[in-house]
Amino acid sequence: MEETNESPFMKYLRKDRLPNIFCAGCGNGTVLNAFFKGMEMAQMDLNNINMASGIGCSSRIPGYVKCDSLHTTHGRPISFATGIKLGNPNMDVVVFTGDGDAAAIGGNHLIHGARRNIDLTVICINNSIYGMTGGQISPTSPQGSYGSTAPYGAFERPFDLAELVSAAGATYVARWTTAQPLQLANAIKNALNNKGFSFVEAVSQCHTYYGRKNKMKSPLEMLRWMKDNSINKRKADKMNPEELVGKLIVGEFVNKNQAEYSQELYNLIEEKSGNRSKSIKSAYMGD
Amino acid sequence: MIKLDPNLCKGCNICMEFCPKKVYEQSKTLDKKGVHIPIPKNQDKCSKCNLCALMCPDQAIKVEEDDEQ
Repeated sequence: MEETNESPFMKYLRKDRLPNIFCAGCGNGTVLNAFFKGMEMAQMDLNNINMASGIGCSSRIPGYVKCDSLHTTHGRPISFATGIKLGNPNMDVVVFTGDGDAAAIGGNHLIHGARRNIDLTVICINNSIYGMTGGQISPTSPQGSYGSTAPYGAFERPFDLAELVSAAGATYVARWTTAQPLQLANAIKNALNNKGFSFVEAVSQCHTYYGRKNKMKSPLEMLRWMKDNSINKRKADKMNPEELVGKLIVGEFVNKNQAEYSQELYNLIEEKSGNRSKSIKSAYMGD
Repeated sequence: MIKLDPNLCKGCNICMEFCPKKVYEQSKTLDKKGVHIPIPKNQDKCSKCNLCALMCPDQAIKVEEDDEQ
């Protein structure tokens, strides 16, 4: 070991861009660490990973990673990632997205990606608020939480993203919080290994906006809140809905095998045009 | 041996909160950014679980295995 003072994850990061832009104590960095840990456990090569992200705090993550990445328009990372995957099905495509990006403006792209079961790994960092634009209420803000657009508390019902994506047909769905980084890394490992649409919801802390408006000013208070209120899915299945009010259900929601979209599409091309398809593909591959 | 990079650390103290062995302590003085960064003071208690390195949002911590092990 020659570089002794560096974090084990520093070899994957663009050092000239550090320290990162996130607030002190933001959960995005923890999710990034968990991703690297999961990638190491899944024995994946960073050179074969392509990241896509939309707009938001969490979508700035691919800019810090030494791999090919796309920073795309708001809410559309899954559409761009679908393009990458269909253009080169050998690539491992990872989408980093936030709750506003995935659930609000890109909601349709999310459910249709899950419906097609295309081989993407979507890591949604859910901080329950629009952190970059000033603390507006997002579709995943819990009922009764405060934000700059809800000074008397949000009365809308929030999206349960993990359940939404499970219902839309994803083949791997898990939810963990940043207070459980090892479980999160393990879920990311399973998501990377899964052939199909994999969705990992990482509930994260935004103490700057969500915490400040909801009486949890420091990242530690938010982490304690997440740790105390998370209940594993196996336990939550046996509980009444009244007992689960205000709780975070964590765990693995779906893990199954189903036909994958890009594989099906390439099989169809092979079947219909035979050798001709190979010549088209080789023109792009350079041989 | 725990190594903490003071240029990357932003002083969020997540490592101090989550360390199961209470290795870290808050510094008495402010650093150049104006925050109290944690110091890995009780290094002999460290069990090398690497949780601080995994949780650190700024990738500032490295936990090294001791040479004699």
